[in-house]
Amino acid sequence: MQKGSFSWKRIWPYAALFIALLFLPMALSRFYVYITAVIFVTALLAMSLNIVVGHGGLYQFHHAAFYGVGAYTFALILTKTDLPVWIAFAAAPVAAALTGLLIGWFCVRLSKLYFGMLQISLGSLLWAIVFRWYSLTGGDDGIHGISIPDAIGTINRSYYFILLVLAACVVVMYMIYRSPFGKTLQAIRDNPERCEAVGIHVRRHQLLGIVVATFFAGIAGVLFVVVEGSVFPDLLFWVLSLEVFIMCLLGGWFTFAGPILGAAITVSLRTFVGTYTEYWTLILGVILILLIFFLPEGVMGFIIDRVQGKKTLEE
Amino acid sequence: MLQVESLRKSFDGFLAVEDARLTVEKGEIVAVIGPNGAGKTTLFKLITGHLKPDAGRILFQENEISGLPPYEVCRKGISLSFQVVNVFSRMSVFENIQVAVLSHQNKTKRLFSPAEKHGVEETEEILRNVGLMDRADRVSGSLSHGDQKVLEIAIALGNRPELLILDEPTAGMSPEETSVTIDLIHRLTSDLGLTILFCEHDMELVFSIAHRIMVMQHGRSIIQADPETVRRNEDVQTAYLGGT
Repeated sequence: MQKGSFSWKRIWPYAALFIALLFLPMALSRFYVYITAVIFVTALLAMSLNIVVGHGGLYQFHHAAFYGVGAYTFALILTKTDLPVWIAFAAAPVAAALTGLLIGWFCVRLSKLYFGMLQISLGSLLWAIVFRWYSLTGGDDGIHGISIPDAIGTINRSYYFILLVLAACVVVMYMIYRSPFGKTLQAIRDNPERCEAVGIHVRRHQLLGIVVATFFAGIAGVLFVVVEGSVFPDLLFWVLSLEVFIMCLLGGWFTFAGPILGAAITVSLRTFVGTYTEYWTLILGVILILLIFFLPEGVMGFIIDRVQGKKTLEE
Repeated sequence: MLQVESLRKSFDGFLAVEDARLTVEKGEIVAVIGPNGAGKTTLFKLITGHLKPDAGRILFQENEISGLPPYEVCRKGISLSFQVVNVFSRMSVFENIQVAVLSHQNKTKRLFSPAEKHGVEETEEILRNVGLMDRADRVSGSLSHGDQKVLEIAIALGNRPELLILDEPTAGMSPEETSVTIDLIHRLTSDLGLTILFCEHDMELVFSIAHRIMVMQHGRSIIQADPETVRRNEDVQTAYLGGT
């Protein structure tokens, strides 16, 4: 465990990465800038899910529902009201977190798989509402051509905006990961019974974890609208939830940054293999099978194991 | 301090605890003994709220605690160290104890300040007390069985309990580890003023450190008295000690 954590030695690689990403749009074509922005949005979604899945040990099977609530809230406020834009930005994550609170309140009463099943049901209910309520949500057509403020309207500007928001969210999520609450959540993942025995109200902490996770999912939803300019019911569909869940497993769900890697791999596969064949999920499936057999801790978990193994050898 | 009155618990018709009676006074070391399946672990889990009793009362410092969930029982000052090792296996030894300390300090809902700023002194004090300081950074799942049992006790100490319940603290330990643990139990009562309730199969250990002993058989309390009286009691001899 690292004590006295904030040293430049540990921060400079991340700072360098951030600065490199700032210069990326100058080197890449519009298409690649767009794909990178999509990866960022998906990465934020996957990381928010990992707060409860990887660190909290909850079977959050329908995380996309909250992502969708964030995106739709943002889109609806922009298109249907005259409220200032900042209200839309603020309302979306709050709406997602409130939905998380409501659905989570029921779910934490159940354990493990039952938790996940109830969440799929309640989340699918939300999807059905969005899918059917034509007058408000546009039903299966969704809402298109949402006018994004000029300051973040072009692809390069939205890229910068998304990068900044992602960086800020990652910092905050890292703080939460290292906080007493983060530790408690990890302890609950390892052993809920023991947590009760040391005086921790397990359900209440799980619920708080869900609220935090869904808040960040709501932010990811906003970023999706910023980059795509549209919303559609697929955002709340369970298939997307499954995909995001796989990203966490793929990247390494016991690690902090693993989901970013998982999101990058999945989005790249979808984009580049998806142009050759619509069966790109087949390849994802094969990768997942290999992963379960050879890298049960995920790609990031594997890398960290290697690096730490090296360190202990050197010592 | 603790009073258990005619406690009863059955599982699907099987009467695990039929009539358990127990008193523990402040500062005492009380042992519960009895053959396998006599209901000792069930009794402990009833006291700590992991199980709900069917009938009977549990009083802790004059307050009824039967039926409370485990986290509330813990907050009243009773900590349980489990028989089967039950630690946070992916976390370090330090973090294992720290979680209990944070819980005791009511800091588990703090989101934005780093955990290494909270409860460190308390955690290190416990680490020193139980002698795990040199293994503080090890992942707890990688410790030896004996060390994990000591960590069990250490986690239970994180809540600064007044009553510490140990369910077979030395089960599976080597003789050296056992004697270290006995030392530890002595120090916990003499230095920290803890009250200890434990159960154990090692009779030598029980009779050497317990102030009073309660004997259980078939879910009933046969007797609770000082070691000498228990040793001489005929019921106990036939039921458990096999006449020795």
